[in-house]
Amino acid sequence: MSAQGTDGDTDAGAALPKTPRDYLPLLLPVALALAALPFVPSTSTWVTLTIAGLAMGMMIFVMASGLTLIFGLMDVLNFGHGAFIAIGAYMATLVLIPLAAWMQADSVWLNLAAVVPAVLFAMAVTGALGLAFERIVIMPVYGQHLKQILITMGGMIVAEQMLYAFFGPQQIPLPLPTSLRGSFQFGEAAIEKYRVVCVLVGLAVFLAMLAILNRSKIGLLIRAGVENTEMVEALGYRITRLFVGVFMAGSALAGLGGVMWALYREQVNAAMGGELLVLVFIVVIIGGLGSVTGCFIGALLVALATNYAGFLVPKLALVTDILLMVAVLLWRPRGLYPVTSR
Amino acid sequence: MSELLTLSGVETHIGRYHILHGVELGVPEGQTTMLLGRNGAGKTTTLRTIMGLWRASGGEIRFGGERIDALSTPAIARAGIGYVPETMAVFSDLTVKENLVLAAREGEMDQTRLDWIFGFFPPLRKFWLSRAGTLSGGQKQMLSFARSLIEPRRLLLIDEPTKGLAPAIIGALIDCLKEVKRRGATILLVEQNFRVAQAIGDTVGVMDNGRVVHAGTMAELVADEAMQQRLLGLSLDTHQ
Ligand SMILES: Nc1ncnc2c1ncn2[C@@H]1O[C@H](COP(=O)(O)OP(=O)(O)OP(=O)(O)O)[C@@H](O)[C@H]1O
Ligand SMILES: [Mg+2]
Repeated sequence: MSAQGTDGDTDAGAALPKTPRDYLPLLLPVALALAALPFVPSTSTWVTLTIAGLAMGMMIFVMASGLTLIFGLMDVLNFGHGAFIAIGAYMATLVLIPLAAWMQADSVWLNLAAVVPAVLFAMAVTGALGLAFERIVIMPVYGQHLKQILITMGGMIVAEQMLYAFFGPQQIPLPLPTSLRGSFQFGEAAIEKYRVVCVLVGLAVFLAMLAILNRSKIGLLIRAGVENTEMVEALGYRITRLFVGVFMAGSALAGLGGVMWALYREQVNAAMGGELLVLVFIVVIIGGLGSVTGCFIGALLVALATNYAGFLVPKLALVTDILLMVAVLLWRPRGLYPVTSR
Repeated sequence: MSELLTLSGVETHIGRYHILHGVELGVPEGQTTMLLGRNGAGKTTTLRTIMGLWRASGGEIRFGGERIDALSTPAIARAGIGYVPETMAVFSDLTVKENLVLAAREGEMDQTRLDWIFGFFPPLRKFWLSRAGTLSGGQKQMLSFARSLIEPRRLLLIDEPTKGLAPAIIGALIDCLKEVKRRGATILLVEQNFRVAQAIGDTVGVMDNGRVVHAGTMAELVADEAMQQRLLGLSLDTHQ
């Protein structure tokens, strides 16, 4: 190559070439949705299935986004992430059950007055627990994958048993607030209101994360740290602070995802964390460890495929996630957007 | 001439391997010190130990008179040391601009300084908004240099910057280092290319088997071919 600027094109006035980004994976969810269209008997059913898939995808994304950053930045396999999902859901019940009257009231404002504090409380508790978990449980095992798996799985089991102990083994019903019940009617297609809310919340989280990662110095540090923590330190930044911050934020997002999921299912049980964790890990792997955009696309793909398959070939629904993961990894062995060198 | 950086009796273990066996090295302030030695002699390990990326298990490292061997890597960097690692370690997912924004940790980048850097490395201006991962090897090295120069540092640790690069780029790197030194920085440079060492080195340390086996002026080593042969042997290609 010739790196010496021998000609005038390096002057300030010259066009600055931008790198073309890799947009292909972004088309996958669209392609999947269009591919399913001819097989579904009516367009309205397709619309319903697609919206349901998008809503589910957004919830999984919210849960998984923190995990992918934790893995990418800290190289930690956190099997305890599922615990934060379940704890978030239970914390929301602590606020919502006493406020049941507001939830059932016919006023958007009263509904919000119950839901918003419940979400904030759930995120605050899971965020704080994330801080403690990182300092006490994770810190001694940085760089030791096997120990991480054992100790975080142990943490997960302990958390699950604590939830049983405090809240009992039974499922706790968690009805949606009145204003989020029912559906919008678009011609033939019925679209549940709550699913629309999930899509909006998921999009907001995604856009906020992109803005932080691409526009702020903290975000640059996170992206740089995902690639090379040593060099970030050699530039004079304390990576441990970044670790703690990302772990707290990731845990709080898991808590948010847990609340969203609990309201979607209208019930809470202690096993939900473990069940969702499998899905979350699949999504993180499909996306390319460490990539938020990859995680977003992966979550949409998994959820759409699950919904279409559940309708068209119910027997296949159980294995769609795995099949999808295999297919993606055959195409891109390190996931859709690999960012780490690991 | 006072020493800006002094290593005395530095021992480094990596895992269960004992790599550095009491390294003694002085880097005089305002000069360019070359660290030479065959492959595996411990040059990279020495720079990494100075940066705190490996912990010295014995001995002392002083920078500007203060002990730094117990400090964390970020604290060592903030004491005023810039590091250009052997792997260059540019953040490939970040653009050239973003790489430099991070390197300028005191705040905004200084445009005059940036123009000064662009003067040596025009491709950085040209590929300002390109992802660093798409740059060629030489351009990545320019970026790695630029990161250590975007703010003034008292000491630069640079690990084999010319490895695998075309002569034109090596020329640009040499011009840059000369100018950096003229502006008052101290440089510790690991280099296999004797021509480069000869062109910019003031003093020299030669390592072998985790020790500094010779220390002196560059001029003295250049004049004494027998010593070159003995210390550097066949690892060195003087005809490069
Ligand atoms: N991460 C590591 N784990 C184990 N041994 C290592 C590690 N890094 C380096 N070493 C060993 O330490 C010794 C010194 O290596 P070092 O990289 O410092 O040499 P060097 O002088 O920089 O060589 P080169 O000219 O090839 O870059 C070598 O024997 C090497 O095998
Ligand atoms: Mg080396």
